[in-house]
Amino acid sequence: MALPAASQTASPSTTTTQPSHILPAPFTNSQLELLTQGAEALVYRTHFLTPNTPVVLKYRPPKPYRHPILDKRLTKLRILAEARVLVRVRKEGVPVPAVLGGDWDNGWLMMEFVEGKTVRRVLDEWVERGAFKEERSASIPEEGEGDNDAGKQNQGGGGGDGEILDLMRRIGRAVAKLHDLAVCHGDLTTSNLMLRAPPPPKEEASPEGSSQKPLAGRQTVSTMREAAMSGEEPPVAAPSKVEPARDSSLAGDIVLIDFGLAAQATKQSQDEDRAVDLYVLERAFAATHPSAEYLFQEVLKAYGESFSDAKRVLKRLADVRLRGRKRSMIG
Amino acid sequence: MASVRTFTLPHYPDYPIHIALFKDVSNAEYLRSKLLEADSAFDYAFLDATTVSLFDHDHIISPTQLLSAAFLALHLHLTSRSKSRTPHSELVFRLHPNNNIGESYRKFGIADSTTSLIAVKLGLAPEITNESVAKHLGEHVKGESVPLGEEGQELGQWADEAKLRKIYKLEPAGGGKPKKGAVNGDGAALDPRKEMEAVILGLMTIKGS
Ligand SMILES: Nc1ncnc2c1ncn2[C@@H]1O[C@H](COP(=O)(O)OP(=O)(O)OP(=O)(O)O)[C@@H](O)[C@H]1O
Ligand SMILES: [Mg+2]
Repeated sequence: MALPAASQTASPSTTTTQPSHILPAPFTNSQLELLTQGAEALVYRTHFLTPNTPVVLKYRPPKPYRHPILDKRLTKLRILAEARVLVRVRKEGVPVPAVLGGDWDNGWLMMEFVEGKTVRRVLDEWVERGAFKEERSASIPEEGEGDNDAGKQNQGGGGGDGEILDLMRRIGRAVAKLHDLAVCHGDLTTSNLMLRAPPPPKEEASPEGSSQKPLAGRQTVSTMREAAMSGEEPPVAAPSKVEPARDSSLAGDIVLIDFGLAAQATKQSQDEDRAVDLYVLERAFAATHPSAEYLFQEVLKAYGESFSDAKRVLKRLADVRLRGRKRSMIG
Repeated sequence: MASVRTFTLPHYPDYPIHIALFKDVSNAEYLRSKLLEADSAFDYAFLDATTVSLFDHDHIISPTQLLSAAFLALHLHLTSRSKSRTPHSELVFRLHPNNNIGESYRKFGIADSTTSLIAVKLGLAPEITNESVAKHLGEHVKGESVPLGEEGQELGQWADEAKLRKIYKLEPAGGGKPKKGAVNGDGAALDPRKEMEAVILGLMTIKGS
């Protein structure tokens, strides 16, 4: 349901978030800013260790329908697994948030705050700017497989096709870096990829400098589209509140987040698991940004050039797609 | 009087962390003997400054390795889950990536040969104040007190990167096998020192679990 723009921004003061769960010590009485509330986890922005270190607190609250002892054990395994994978892959140079703290018995994990936007939001804004229209007609041939006209790309101006394609290549390489370790993400959507804004110049790096105004109640292309598909009200405010004010720059590093379902693949399963990651990401592009779908080819291209098993994974991806299509024809 | 900087951890404002830095220390053996005697007046975490590093978040550099150990020690103490005798020994233990308490003392704690020293005192009782700590350390540490700025960046001055990499089992800087297939591109811009510090905090957090 698309509300008129005016009423969406009419009452920004109502967006102050009240913690909907009692957090464990020492956060019980802290004023934390709720970023998102997923089915499994609450994600807050706060500070940790020093007042200048912004962090994300990920808290998995108890599930009231599970036996408390079992619940505690499962939550602990889950959050600890997430922390371990993050530390392990960061050690190998994969761009993920640093783990700064945690308490598995109490279900929380503290991570470095990634200053930036999700790729989902970046693509939303790119689509909204209408950038794809000019660019597609200017430099992308009908079937989108064009890798032979690089010469036409980057034809000046703020944000030509060159920039968005470069972003796609950064995504491809970041995923490849993870997959090179045979670690699979398990939920590789565009919401779980972030574009880290280049750090501000030193003078501006004060804690106040980074507190952007939340965009109250803003709906994005993808929230509206999802809502239309599922017939539900789009989630209000939460996703956009996370992210800094609009800035159309596509510069910055890709950071992979949300390792709640990540796992080390075995030799036997690794190609399949990697291909499924790519398939999930491809579907995420298609579902929320159909007009940006052609860009995904560039992700795959960069991925394919990035590590030794990549070509095999791309072949496997073709099988996974085929199975996916069959399944959706039956279902 | 020694110069002591008091840090306040977000979320634990009631438990200030008092930290002092000394160089050219000449009585490390005496200080260590006080720890070994478990003399209650010497209830400190005495650390060799060569194994304490900094962390850089968007150009803001702070001694988060040390503050993380302090946070964990405090948090586990207050929730009755400490693994060692006192909150201060827990702090030393929390710096180490594995579960061997003795080893954590050998790697991070004061040694007879220590010359650059970091003293940490957790403010667990109201009578422990910046002044009381400054006075006591000033009387007992023979060495030059190094004043700390607000961020405490001076604490990382003596950090020995090679030693830290060895303790945390990280590849030597610039060393390691350059991977074929080069998924580099973006990674080339990574600052190895910064990466090391980020990983250290993670290893401390997941240690022993
Ligand atoms: N380190 C981070 N820095 C900045 N923002 C983050 C960070 N981690 C998470 N976020 C924001 O919070 C949102 C939700 O986080 P995350 O994806 O980890 O949780 P989730 O999807 O609810 O978790 P799960 O799927 O494991 O239950 C992200 O989409 C992102 O906008
Ligand atoms: Mg997520």
